[in-house]
Amino acid sequence: MNCPECDAILNIPDDASVGEIISCPDCGADFEIAKKDGTNVEIKQAETVGEDWGE
Amino acid sequence: MSKVCIVFDRLRTEEKMLQKEAVNLGHNAVMLDAKITQINTDSKREDFDFGDVVLERCVSYFRGLHFTASLEFMDIPVLNKFDVANICGNKMFMTLLLKKNNIPTPKTYFSFSSESAAKNLEKVGYPLVIKPVIGSWGRGVMPIKDRDTMDAVFEIRDITDSPHDRIYYLQELIKRPPRDIRVITIGDEPVAAMYRKSSGGFKTNIALGADPEICEITKEMEDIATKASKAMGGGILGIDMMEDEKRGLVVHEVNNTVEFKGLAKVAQRNIPKEMIEFALNYVRK
Repeated sequence: MNCPECDAILNIPDDASVGEIISCPDCGADFEIAKKDGTNVEIKQAETVGEDWGE
Repeated sequence: MSKVCIVFDRLRTEEKMLQKEAVNLGHNAVMLDAKITQINTDSKREDFDFGDVVLERCVSYFRGLHFTASLEFMDIPVLNKFDVANICGNKMFMTLLLKKNNIPTPKTYFSFSSESAAKNLEKVGYPLVIKPVIGSWGRGVMPIKDRDTMDAVFEIRDITDSPHDRIYYLQELIKRPPRDIRVITIGDEPVAAMYRKSSGGFKTNIALGADPEICEITKEMEDIATKASKAMGGGILGIDMMEDEKRGLVVHEVNNTVEFKGLAKVAQRNIPKEMIEFALNYVRK
């Protein structure tokens, strides 16, 4: 799968789960794994850090 | 076999550790993304697969809080409870409750406009530490050491003027070693603690690069952490303390959705396992 921002190859680990965040090694953009069915993976833009994020 | 539901909005190491420990204990673990869950006023518990108990683990405080309200509406047991999350997520509410329960906490001043906060600061004297009432990871926490800093900080707040910017929470600057202590409590019992050492600056948040180091839980620490947990309403909490040179330990924060991946690596006790066990025992009671 390629990065929607810069077209670099995204390495998605086999054990990655839905909801996990992956980062593009080239441009640093963050993506969330939206769906995963075997080797078919869908990603979406990850949310940015919000004012209320944390513990 | 029981079923634990872990509600998340960003799947972090902590949530995966909880899932793994639930499975290791022979239970089912359901991972549920709050962002794609829809609830309405006719929703019933049986419409969803929330299992026997929910661990609310959203990184967004408001999302988690409102999700918890929905769960309690459907009579679904959730940790932490809405009242606990509501209080711990707001530093002013939390501080008031600590003080009300005679738990040592830094002296804190509340004002409700920049003008009033400025007058109070001039009267009390510098330095004081300003903290946003909502927020984590040290964001917006700044020592105000002089008039110029105060003017700059307050002017920015007046410009941004979000609802919480109108609440001025100013706290005494504690004279302490360059570290604080995080104690994780599960069901009012301290299970692990760490020092969080400043990486050079004023703040000691792990999220900002502070170095974690295992800390032995003293009797004083245990007593204060237990009291703080009970005051908040119990559950799974992260109690933050500072070592005041004169007064000993003072609690400056209680965290609702505690992060533990760093501490879990060095703690003697299995933190995520104990969280799962506590959650299941909580629902059996």
